[in-house]
Amino acid sequence: MGGLEKKKYERGAATNYITRNRARKKLQLSLPDFRRLCILKGIYPHEPKHKKKVNKGSTAPRTFYLLKDIKFLLHEPIVNKFREYKVFVRKLRKAYGKSEWGTVERLKDNKPTYKLDHIVKERYPTFVDALRDLDDALSMCFLFSTFPRTGKCHVQTVQLCRRLAVEFQNFVIASRSLRKVFLSIKGIYYQAEVLGQPITWITPYAFAHDHPTDVDYRVMATFTEFYTTLLGFVNFRLYQSLNLLYPPKIDTQAEDELKPAEGKEYAMDSESYLERLSALSSSLARAVAPAHEDEVEMDEFPVEGETAELMDAKKKEQEALEKHKKLFEGLRFFLNREVPREPLAFVIRCFGGQVSWDKSLCIGATYDASDPSITHHIIDRPRLDKQVVGRYYLQPQWVFDSVNAKLCLPVADYFPGLLLPPHLSPFVTEKEGDYVPPEKLKLLALQRGENPEEESEEEEEEEEEEEEGDNDKEEEEEEDESEKEEEMKLQKIEEQKMEEQKTQSTQSKKVLPVKVTAGKVRLEDKQRLEQEQQQEEKRLAIMMMKKREKYLYKKIMFGKKRKIREANKLAEKRKAHDAALKEQKKKNKKARQA
Amino acid sequence: MEQPSPSGGSEELSESEESVYSGLEDSGSDSESSGNEEEQEEEEEEEEDEEEAPGSPSTLQTQAQGKRKALEDDSPLEGKQDLVVHDEYKEDSSDEEDIRNTVGNIPMEWYQDFPHIGYDLDGKKIYKPLRSKDELDLFLEKMENPEYWRTVQDPQTGADVRLSEEQLALVQRLQRGHFGDVAFDPYEPSVDFFTHEVRIHPVTNRPADKRSFIPSLVEKEKVSKLVHAIKMGWIQPRKPREGAPTFYDLWAHEDPNAVLGRHRMHVPAPKAPLPGHAESYNPPPEFLLSPEEELAWQQQDPSERRLPFLPRRFPSLRAVPAYPRFIHERFERCLDLYLCPRQRKMRVNVDPEDLIPKLPRPRDLQPFPTTQALIYRGHSSLVRTISVSPSGQWLVSGSDDGTVRFWEVSSGRCLRTLPVGSVVKSVAWNPNPSICLVAVAVDEQVLLVNAGLGDRLLVSGTDQLLEAWEAPQEERPQPVRWEPAGAEERARGVRLRVQHGKSVMQVTWHGKGDYWASVVRSPGGRQVLIHQSSRRWSQAPFRRSPGLVQCVRFHPLRPHFLVASQRSVRIYNLLRQELTKKLQSNCQWISSMAVHPGGDNVICGSYDSKLAWFDLDLSTRPYRLLRHHGRAVRSVAFHRRYPLFASGSDDGSVIVCHGMVYNDLLQNALLVPLKVLKGHAPTLDLGVLDVAFHPQQPWIFSAGADGTVRLYT
Repeated sequence: MGGLEKKKYERGAATNYITRNRARKKLQLSLPDFRRLCILKGIYPHEPKHKKKVNKGSTAPRTFYLLKDIKFLLHEPIVNKFREYKVFVRKLRKAYGKSEWGTVERLKDNKPTYKLDHIVKERYPTFVDALRDLDDALSMCFLFSTFPRTGKCHVQTVQLCRRLAVEFQNFVIASRSLRKVFLSIKGIYYQAEVLGQPITWITPYAFAHDHPTDVDYRVMATFTEFYTTLLGFVNFRLYQSLNLLYPPKIDTQAEDELKPAEGKEYAMDSESYLERLSALSSSLARAVAPAHEDEVEMDEFPVEGETAELMDAKKKEQEALEKHKKLFEGLRFFLNREVPREPLAFVIRCFGGQVSWDKSLCIGATYDASDPSITHHIIDRPRLDKQVVGRYYLQPQWVFDSVNAKLCLPVADYFPGLLLPPHLSPFVTEKEGDYVPPEKLKLLALQRGENPEEESEEEEEEEEEEEEGDNDKEEEEEEDESEKEEEMKLQKIEEQKMEEQKTQSTQSKKVLPVKVTAGKVRLEDKQRLEQEQQQEEKRLAIMMMKKREKYLYKKIMFGKKRKIREANKLAEKRKAHDAALKEQKKKNKKARQA
Repeated sequence: MEQPSPSGGSEELSESEESVYSGLEDSGSDSESSGNEEEQEEEEEEEEDEEEAPGSPSTLQTQAQGKRKALEDDSPLEGKQDLVVHDEYKEDSSDEEDIRNTVGNIPMEWYQDFPHIGYDLDGKKIYKPLRSKDELDLFLEKMENPEYWRTVQDPQTGADVRLSEEQLALVQRLQRGHFGDVAFDPYEPSVDFFTHEVRIHPVTNRPADKRSFIPSLVEKEKVSKLVHAIKMGWIQPRKPREGAPTFYDLWAHEDPNAVLGRHRMHVPAPKAPLPGHAESYNPPPEFLLSPEEELAWQQQDPSERRLPFLPRRFPSLRAVPAYPRFIHERFERCLDLYLCPRQRKMRVNVDPEDLIPKLPRPRDLQPFPTTQALIYRGHSSLVRTISVSPSGQWLVSGSDDGTVRFWEVSSGRCLRTLPVGSVVKSVAWNPNPSICLVAVAVDEQVLLVNAGLGDRLLVSGTDQLLEAWEAPQEERPQPVRWEPAGAEERARGVRLRVQHGKSVMQVTWHGKGDYWASVVRSPGGRQVLIHQSSRRWSQAPFRRSPGLVQCVRFHPLRPHFLVASQRSVRIYNLLRQELTKKLQSNCQWISSMAVHPGGDNVICGSYDSKLAWFDLDLSTRPYRLLRHHGRAVRSVAFHRRYPLFASGSDDGSVIVCHGMVYNDLLQNALLVPLKVLKGHAPTLDLGVLDVAFHPQQPWIFSAGADGTVRLYT
């Protein structure tokens, strides 16, 4: 038995991983530089399967990187740039110390810079990969674009973020790829579908930020650096795919309309361009003049059986999508000044609507509030004194709800000053057993083409009837009723029994001390027995499970039960709330009657 | 005497006043001299003269002084000062004269807490004027005194000063942001000191220096240095500044198969979870938290919260505020992306029903006891042990109340009660159907009792068997003493008395019915004894016992003897007198043991609520560990004919299981729990203490701590 002695931790998992500190030493970088590199290159720690083995027997908490990743970083040209930058800073400091201003100037002119193009290409070898990872990039850019121009980060970064965000928004408008919008308490979520990839991003509400102190802005800035590069390239490609010019140009026709009147120059032309673009009210110039809406029609292939059904379903879906895209086509909106302009303009334009606002509010207003062709006037104040006949005055939630419902919802619930119906998240698809809010059910019915209005009216009528009946006696809900009936029956039976017993006892006192009561046939509920038996069988089988499986089983069952419990709780809460509302209504009615 | 230069407006007032009285020339404070002012000054001089001329008394003088004091600020001029100085020296009686603070230019609040406000020229304290005015007086003064609004307090002296018209005008001018001097015109036309037009003649006509013609050596040196640096490439031409980054079609030649080596291990970051209904600005009412829930949410640790935010409802979009943790959340996402270790985890997407093992249905495995049929009542204390006669007709039970009771199984009647005087630890009915003998372990002795039930012939046969013994010629040393019972005891059925000298824990019979074994609680030494009742002969097979012996059993078929110590079961071959096997139980403390009638399987109950099934052919480790009971398992039993086994536990339940053993060596035993039998009420933390199967029927007896024996059929 010869051979070399096998040493521990010299093969296998232990050699595949490297701790952070060792990686840093290998790369000869300081910790901040290492972090920056990891962020830019998308290197992240891995959790080894057998941590103790990798950690050479120690159980100390350490972060591990894949050794391959670190080796891969060794060849990164940016690492050299980091080192150059370090040297540059040293030289600059020295020059400052010696007050050699000429040198300082020269050094500053030759400040080392780096580009991230190759990293983007490397991290996302295909365009679809990049789209898949666009969520965070967009959210970050939209956040940074709302930052003040002073303070937390470079002005250029903020401006670039704003530019890219606006470009992306314009693309979404041009391609009509927005699918869902959600007003949350955190901000506004949007979901667009680009090349079949759902892209979700969140934008904060337009308020000044209360900058927290416990946030490391350097980290965020590094992320933003990469994200802006990524988003720039993605935008370029997206614009190209739609034959749009990049950087975007406003359509010349629209541009003429947009030109401010003589003498009322808004600002310098170059500056106002981005603003006009960000107004989102005009379409973009195309590199190739668009042929007249040539829609690609799907060729029909002879298909059979299931595939035919599938094809049909697909076709239907496609039609629904086309319809959804043209949701607001032909509608003309006007935004009142208290309404958040940008999100609304974005959403309306994404679905083909025309939108305008007060001229003094923002550049890019196309028509006036007094325009008679306006169909919807979005307003977010309790009431408006001067109302123009011929248009709906609606609260902004109508726009978002309509988009999510994929149809123009009935406007009656959204008139100004009314208590709005709940705004539901379009991202939730309820599975079986989940709690479904009644509003969602109503919406689903609407989508199917049923009209819940009638039903609700009927319900109301019923309610009214009930109320009429109330004068005689309180009516309970049906279930309660049936239960009560049963109870009543039982009570009656018992009472009868008692009476019988009494009579019997009186009789027995008279006649005999021994009594014989007639045997009662005990009805056996077969189904229940069966169920009980099955339950017991299951319990016994569970007893025979292996420890590990039992643990897993219990965990799964716990999760399931919790889910059910939560759903029940929500339903109960809703019921209580509705009951309270009803009560309130009744009271009001009575008060009115009295 | 020197005063520092004034800094504030009010100080200036007092300062100039000071300078007036001290007679110092204060040229720095106001040195504007325009003709206009001179005129004014002259006028004032005239006024003064006029006042002086009548030779007015001192009162007039002081009046004038006060007025002057007010005026000085406006235009204190040297001439006037001279005049004032003159005045002062002329009239020495002025009481204002000695108000002269020498503390210097210090914050006057340093004197706040003192009665004085500084020192005069003689070093005497200057006292603050008495402030006897309270709020009311002040108010009255405010109401009554028309001059109140123009009265200010001199911080240097604490005295009230009434501002004059001129001073008021000055203050107003300054307030309006005008110049203090009325006469000053800030918009005077500017006049060049020299013409700005280009003239044909130079201003100076100095000839140029020679050095301006000769090239400079120093410069030449510098230039050559620069040239050299450029040649060497040390100085680079200035790069064009990059403005906005340029973008191009990065994915023009994308290769879908170009997957980098590292991407094999790549774990893409999970996307951020999408918001639910609760996050809406106007959620359905059921998603809002009630006040109690909200309180609970706030008291929870942020990492434990199910919802990371508090759902809120706003009546309109207009009312929605900014989310304060927005930047935090983005930052945390960033941290997650680059700091959080990633691991690919297979999501267990199993149907829990699939996890439940597919066992044959208990219904198909009948017969087994399912319902409680009889309760044998009579014992007043917990029933420790029971045993069934081989015919299945009788049942014997031993209890803590010091009695052994014989029951008829079918009727539940107690046929006989045998008082033994102490706690009965164990009873065992002789398994030989032709012998009617019961071994009872009481205290330090084992009683062999003829139950006297059933066939007379059998009873008498048993007695004869026991009396057939003849004392051997030579007395051999025995670990125990065999004593025949006394007459009284004999009448009650006791035949023999085996004195062990130490408390006996358990007795068990060999299948043939002649040998029996007893376990004695004695630390270390001989804990196990094997007796032969026909020869009244006992021996201790083990010189040293391995730990505390819990339980012993005879092997039903082979001459093997099983000894259960705390953690393991040893199997000895009695013929060859050697250890054949040692079974590791994986339990903490074995409580009981039973051997399968086939002889190849053993079950052990343990106090840590486990039941271990050993297959002797498989391994010395348990084939299956069953954790059916919630509490300690007290006893286990095999059925002699049916493939059943049962365990009784402190939780008051008896669990009957199907334990099918196959003759085929390749097939392992099939264990299926069949029924949980409940009936015994737990008393004193004890539930079921002993279980025994009926020898023929699929019935089971259980003895409980509640003093009853129950039969399940």
